[in-house]
Amino acid sequence: MSFEGPEGARAEALSPDAAAPVGTEAPEGGSSGQDGGPQPEPPPVYRGADLLVEVLKEEGAEMLFGIPGGATINFYDALYNSGIPYVLARHEQGAIHAADGYARISGKVPVVTGTSGPGSTNLMTGIANAWFDSVPMVIIAGQVSTSVMGTDAFQESPIFSMTMGITKHNYQLMRGEDMPRVVKESFYLARTGRKGPVLIELPKDMTSNEIPYRKPVEMQLRAYTPKPKIDRALVEKVKHDLARAKRPVIVAGAGIVHAGASELLRAFVEKARVPVVHTLLGLGTLPSDHPLSLGMGGMHGTVWANMALHECDFLLNIGSRFDDRLTGALEHFAPRAWIAHVDIDEAELGKVLAEDYPIHGDAREALEILLDGAVDPSPSEEWLAYLDSLRREYPLWYRTDRPYLQPQRVVEIASELASDDVIVVTDVGQHQMWVAQFFRFRRPGRFVTSGGLGAMGFGLPAAIGAQIADRDALVLTFLGDGGLQMTEQELILLREYDLPVKILLLNNNSLGMVRQWQELFYEERYSSTLFNFQPDFMRLADAYGIVGRRVETEEEARTALEEAFRTRAPYLIEFVIDPMANVLPMVPPGNGVHEMEGVKPE
Amino acid sequence: MKQLLALKVNDQPGVLHRITGLFLRRGFNIATITVGACEEPGVSRMTILLEVADERVMDQVRKQLAKQVDVLEVEDLTDRDAVTRELCLVRVEAPLKMRSDLQSLIQPFRAQLIDVGFETVVVEVTGSPAKIDALLDLLRPFGVLEIVRTGLAALPRERQTESGRAVLREGRSVEV
Repeated sequence: MSFEGPEGARAEALSPDAAAPVGTEAPEGGSSGQDGGPQPEPPPVYRGADLLVEVLKEEGAEMLFGIPGGATINFYDALYNSGIPYVLARHEQGAIHAADGYARISGKVPVVTGTSGPGSTNLMTGIANAWFDSVPMVIIAGQVSTSVMGTDAFQESPIFSMTMGITKHNYQLMRGEDMPRVVKESFYLARTGRKGPVLIELPKDMTSNEIPYRKPVEMQLRAYTPKPKIDRALVEKVKHDLARAKRPVIVAGAGIVHAGASELLRAFVEKARVPVVHTLLGLGTLPSDHPLSLGMGGMHGTVWANMALHECDFLLNIGSRFDDRLTGALEHFAPRAWIAHVDIDEAELGKVLAEDYPIHGDAREALEILLDGAVDPSPSEEWLAYLDSLRREYPLWYRTDRPYLQPQRVVEIASELASDDVIVVTDVGQHQMWVAQFFRFRRPGRFVTSGGLGAMGFGLPAAIGAQIADRDALVLTFLGDGGLQMTEQELILLREYDLPVKILLLNNNSLGMVRQWQELFYEERYSSTLFNFQPDFMRLADAYGIVGRRVETEEEARTALEEAFRTRAPYLIEFVIDPMANVLPMVPPGNGVHEMEGVKPE
Repeated sequence: MKQLLALKVNDQPGVLHRITGLFLRRGFNIATITVGACEEPGVSRMTILLEVADERVMDQVRKQLAKQVDVLEVEDLTDRDAVTRELCLVRVEAPLKMRSDLQSLIQPFRAQLIDVGFETVVVEVTGSPAKIDALLDLLRPFGVLEIVRTGLAALPRERQTESGRAVLREGRSVEV
């Protein structure tokens, strides 16, 4: 199977030259040329759907994900033989999470489509996910024709108003002549500044009407400033003061990944001798085994990272938004520290904390200024030695006294066997935290996970998108049995598009994270978290043409992983893990980051 | 505390929803909001009076508005010397024999009757919210049947007066 769409499509190629105008009338025919002078060429007129494909190509749309429907049928007609690679998912949520994974790995802006009504509402979770994690994409949501909008027509839903709160910007395309501008602006908004999803609501008649199109297309974004002017003097002051801090720490967030600034971060901290706490989405900005990497901070962070957050005297946050899962109770978060915060989104400054050095700007630019000239090391050696002692005293641990395969051990073995170019994808829940804790991240921008929204069902389709973006890479997706069952219909894409994704299913027959909370905070009242009846995952894999292995011991796990990594084919390994395995250590809800539980084996 | 904002926004479908939706999601409480055409074609001006908890929230409101693509300008008039006006229409119970009393009562407010019937009249008054409140208090004994208020419209003064300057803080007016 290829991405090129069905063979033997229509004869007309949709290149700019070949796209035959279906009419030649000027939009306001008759009103021009009264003075007898040379008449301007009337703009070519296109069928709306053809024009949409045309302008998508001009914006460099390289990959579409979606499912067709009545309201988008003209658009799909125009896509037929258009040459734009297209991934036909089995559910719109699968399509948009795949686009999400694709965007994170490729750095490009995918297009996602769903039809009106259910097609669009099914996209909502994925839109919210991309919004939360600042992932660029353009969503084209079908809508009923303008003549029946607002009448509760078949498959109508108010997607424009529904998505206002979960998009960077959205458009309701009510006039065909706005289409080229709206598409151009959408791509521009999605990929610049703080990236994010942009949605275009597309009434069906906009794809059937004839639309005049004249280049060039002018954007009308007069108040939008993608690149803020950074306060250089303030960054220099941060550098100056950081170099005097005895207990400095940097929080490295997703903004560094988006800015492609991981190398700069590494160069700076090595010179400045400042340790780094990663957010979940900032994992990989320093390699996990870098001596200055403290691993992840926050609710399931390492003891040494969290003590660094609590005891530091100078905290520089680059590109993270001080999420509550990172900070814990705010009064205990860096209570004695000067706080500096670099963010490309001004609204993140002052939102959670009153920073002493609010810096509105791009992470790369800030790091370039920090690296400009000599970088004096902070007097941090004692601090680094202290954090190291915590690392030795309270290493991440898991149980060895149980007659079950421990999930953390699976992550360790997978990490050990994986090549350096590995792309790691996760779903949401316990396994996600085990991966964040135990996987050795080597390169930036190779970790794909649902951070802010925490959307179960993300892991499988996101891995599909990630593998499409990098067909040669080893793509591992860690899933729980709960999350897999939310989007398992997308398994079919692995064979259909020849995607050798390795599915590492950590099966504890429960909704483990909630079960863990019930165990710890609700007196073991396991309300609706234990699955009494499960599918046979081996037969499920078989049904989708995928090799499956079910393993119960460490030895079996290693053998199966070795075999899977050798195979250039999709593979599903079901690890039957300890049903009572917990994610520890943990900052219980309401506690400060320094008040962790489960820091040592009992 | 109150926060007074003057916005210029694209005159686009959904822009009002975009702004009020933002306030709703972020838990910002709107006291009044007015929207209308302004000096620039295709652009509307909004005046928003908010009830906010503290300065941090005020700052967040301004930044969240400024990052909207359809918001062209955000000006925080809270600590600036600005002219503000509100229009109020009140239907008052006023039998004919009471009319002269009513007239003499509203006259100092430069209010006027814009509709008269046998039993009721409609009074129009323009001014600061405090002035309108004062007039409404005076009208209540007559029997106030219906009230409609537009909410504030505001523009900064060209010259900031002494009192205005005294509380004027820098950096509160931003071009976005």
